[in-house]
Amino acid sequence: MTMPTYLGMPAFPRAARAAVADERLRDNLARATGTIRDRRRAAVAELDDWAALREAGRRIKDHTLRYLDHYLRLLEEKVTAAGGTVHWARDAAEANRIVADLIRATGRTEVVKVKSMATQEIGLNEALEKEGITAYETDLAELIVQLGDDRPSHILVPAIHRNRSEIRDIFRRRMPDAPPDLSDEPAELAEAARRHLRAKFLSAQVAVSGVNFAVAETGTLVVLESEGNGRMCLTLPKTLISVMGIEKVVPTWRDLEVFLQLLPRSSTAERMNPYTSAWTGVTPGDGPQEFHLVLLDNGRTSVLADEVGRQALRCIRCSACLNVCPVYARAGGHAYGSPYPGPIGAILSPQIRGIGSPVDASLPYASSLCGACLEACPVAIDIPEVLVHLRAKVVEEGPRHPLAGTAMAAAGWTLRSPRRLALAQRLASASRRLIGRRGRIRRLPGPLRAWTDSRDAPAPPPESFRAWWKRTDGGRA
Amino acid sequence: MSEPQGRRTGPDRDATGTGAPHGAPQGPRTARDEILGRIERALGRRRPPVDRAYAAIERPYRRRHHESGIVDLFAERLAHYRAVVHRVEPADLPGAVARVLTRGRYAVPAGLPAHWLAEVDPALLVHEPPTTELDALDGVVTGCAAAIAETGTIVLDHGPGQGRRALSLVPDHHLIVVTADQIAPDVPEALERLSPARPLTFVSGPSATSDIELNRVEGVHGPRTLDVIVTR
Repeated sequence: MTMPTYLGMPAFPRAARAAVADERLRDNLARATGTIRDRRRAAVAELDDWAALREAGRRIKDHTLRYLDHYLRLLEEKVTAAGGTVHWARDAAEANRIVADLIRATGRTEVVKVKSMATQEIGLNEALEKEGITAYETDLAELIVQLGDDRPSHILVPAIHRNRSEIRDIFRRRMPDAPPDLSDEPAELAEAARRHLRAKFLSAQVAVSGVNFAVAETGTLVVLESEGNGRMCLTLPKTLISVMGIEKVVPTWRDLEVFLQLLPRSSTAERMNPYTSAWTGVTPGDGPQEFHLVLLDNGRTSVLADEVGRQALRCIRCSACLNVCPVYARAGGHAYGSPYPGPIGAILSPQIRGIGSPVDASLPYASSLCGACLEACPVAIDIPEVLVHLRAKVVEEGPRHPLAGTAMAAAGWTLRSPRRLALAQRLASASRRLIGRRGRIRRLPGPLRAWTDSRDAPAPPPESFRAWWKRTDGGRA
Repeated sequence: MSEPQGRRTGPDRDATGTGAPHGAPQGPRTARDEILGRIERALGRRRPPVDRAYAAIERPYRRRHHESGIVDLFAERLAHYRAVVHRVEPADLPGAVARVLTRGRYAVPAGLPAHWLAEVDPALLVHEPPTTELDALDGVVTGCAAAIAETGTIVLDHGPGQGRRALSLVPDHHLIVVTADQIAPDVPEALERLSPARPLTFVSGPSATSDIELNRVEGVHGPRTLDVIVTR
């Protein structure tokens, strides 16, 4: 197993049905994604060359992927020359092993962490816990998730499913130094997080981070953030360990001129995020004096081998596709059963993990193919195209739908005979008594139930076209 | 302790190019060899030279979005983040600094132009404090390396007059002096002015978070008050 499927995770439709019934969750998601959608549209409209930036971003990423071996070798050479140490990890277990050994070599049992999708993906915190090492998440939303024993549900804002009063309740319950009269004012909640983490930052000896961009030409690592927790982690500890997926590399320093315009506007709808840190190896007298970079494959090379699917590796983790997705806005992030939810998760998780499990085989169907994600994507990933491609793969290789074979055989048999078709249509019209509240059939009887386990069936018309034609003599009667 | 598997410190000598197959592995295959091998198999060996392919990437976007009014634009965009922007004539700079640094104790990095602080009460200033004392200070005053008008961003490269990274991070109040000639119109030209060999901090307003209901709230871990003096 390369990336943990959350334990006992049901296929998307079942998980989503429960989520859709949760009205508070739907409210929280609708409010948050609605806000960010409108602001993002304005932030993007401000640049009249957005389409050109997006096209350049797509081309730079495609080029980098086409020469990924070259750029990774160059990155390794430059990071090493600047005083860093580069490690390679084939999978999650190997990456976790490397990080745990590096931390143990410092003699410490606590680390501070700045939000990182890669370490979520490999389940680093859980792996460290088994080694007796405590990882403290310092990003506000990650802290909310960690204190609430919860799972992240959004790439950018992992606690998007929590509203302000839920956050206040989690802080009151689980943050020992939270003031007892803490209100649900966002500014007060932020203040509580600041106080809670300040001592941790000032005494931290080891930090673990992710990476937004790694510049091959110079060996420079770049992290974008808002709160300053990233700067704290990247600056104050003696040892810094950064974990990056191998697709995060970009060729040159100049290439950042494109991504530093695309990413903030797409993700938080800002002209620029409050803080961006860039560092190259170690700087004597400033910041960590020991720097390790872990290059993580974990399934990415098999994504690269798929000519249609590889465009998923262009992703810069902005989460715009989540915010515009009608399925995500209703089902929420947890239903996707992966640290990568939403449209990008629906194409990334099954490719990284393979389509062997029910949840991964169902993810390519977790979409109406409306195309809003493609339109929002700042590097033009054609998510609908990859979804359709993966659906074909699921049909060929994945766990088969229990009814698919039988249904097709039965359909063939029925359609070959006009008499049998007429009978089937009369039976279908009779099935209208199964219609549920919204004019859909939620559950078919008998073996057909397997079909409606994962979808509603449309109600058949009261009369078939053929029956109507016969009864009215083609409308003349 | 055993060496972690797949650990590798040296760069590859065979960094010549693109599709060159990696040499035969010595002993057990390292993670590095295996990952690079998987990539080569995924991509095939027949690829045009990397430099030519890179140069062919078209960049039809703008180098800048505004041609004039760059300093005004910078001040406006920065204020949008709720930074406090003070615009002064160069001759008034010492007075403006003194008007901001009125109460408490402020860290001062080595190399800050002395005349900037000429009118500040010297008792308020702590030169090059050690990191352990930073949390007890009220603020810090620094210069910067460059600024970006379009995005309201200030970039520190932590050279003379800016201090090491911790200095402008731990205190809750940051005063930055930006001179008009340091302001680039947009992101591309700002990056040209910066050296990635130096540690860099891009600052766009006081620390903030969007983590509660996706609305921006100012003031988390970084300095919660950002004053910026812009000279004309």
